[in-house]
Amino acid sequence: MLKTVSLFLVLMSVWLLLSGHYTPLITGFGVVSCLLSALIANRMDVNDKEGQPIYLGPRILSYWGWLVGEIFKANVDVAKCVLFPKKYLRPSIFTVTASQKSDLGKVIYANSITLTPGTVTVDLDGDQVMVHALTEGSAEDVLGGDMDRRVTKVMRET
Amino acid sequence: MMIYAITAIAILISIALALTRAILGPTSYDRILSANAIGTKTVLLIGVMGFLGGRPDFLDLALVYALVNFIGTLAVLKYFKFGTLRGTLSKPKPADNS
Amino acid sequence: MDLLLDIATWILLLAGSILLIITGFGLLRLPDLYTRIHAGGMADTLATFLIFVGLSLQSGFSLVSAKLLLVLVFVFFTSPTASYALAQASFVAGLKPKLDGFGTKKPSKDDV
Repeated sequence: MLKTVSLFLVLMSVWLLLSGHYTPLITGFGVVSCLLSALIANRMDVNDKEGQPIYLGPRILSYWGWLVGEIFKANVDVAKCVLFPKKYLRPSIFTVTASQKSDLGKVIYANSITLTPGTVTVDLDGDQVMVHALTEGSAEDVLGGDMDRRVTKVMRET
Repeated sequence: MMIYAITAIAILISIALALTRAILGPTSYDRILSANAIGTKTVLLIGVMGFLGGRPDFLDLALVYALVNFIGTLAVLKYFKFGTLRGTLSKPKPADNS
Repeated sequence: MDLLLDIATWILLLAGSILLIITGFGLLRLPDLYTRIHAGGMADTLATFLIFVGLSLQSGFSLVSAKLLLVLVFVFFTSPTASYALAQASFVAGLKPKLDGFGTKKPSKDDV
């Protein structure tokens, strides 16, 4: 029940953000359609802990801040690699072990690897993540395991 | 402002380069990659064009375009992988054409 | 104050434009599909971030900035999923990554 209410509130805020027309009729349509969506999501059983991970709380926000910094650094690396491929381009493919237990944690980890340019997740099988890296530096960043530890900390798993 | 026009031209040049890659291929996956990149750049172009014309309402279109681009890429990839859009999401066995 | 914001917008949008053109060149000159995915990822992440932040500086604290932020978050959530699906599909289809692009062997003409 609490999940349905919070889903309704999230949908309603997105509606108000996007609509820009605050007449009673349009807002009424918004309330009805958001209520219907929340009820259907409830009935489809997709409105669970995984579909609505509020419990991650403010930790995920600080993780995003760190991730944006990493993306910045990785982009400079890849841009250098594109401009001077003979000097920097060292493609490699390797496997690392994800230490997260839940599916959501693994998805956050694999997506973070792909989101930083220079490393792309090629395959995710169990807890084995196959990574394709563009340069030596980007490969070392993943192999160092800093991102893995941070995601595990966000998920509150040891 | 001048900078909007400069950015729009840069985005168009970038789209032209991605289109060249889509024409060159060589595999169909390269073409899907180019189509996806062009889609992302179109989202940027819609946003910049909205500001260039003084009508930032265009951002709704950018949001919808991002959504269509994502779903379209996934749909084409699923069609390539399974040969059909209906059916399971389980992983097929790796093809052994070395 | 307005002048400062304008200068910041100029810098951010110019950086984004340069990065987009580098992305286009990367898509053309990198040797194989897997390395090209990295180049495409640049446009999805930092170029989008720079351009949208630059635009939202111009619109100030309003509904337009909120929409820009929403599009940005949406692109950041979906683009790695699309990249992963592409890389995984081509890997499962048996496309081998070229691991010696410019490293161990002499670059030949089909590498460039």
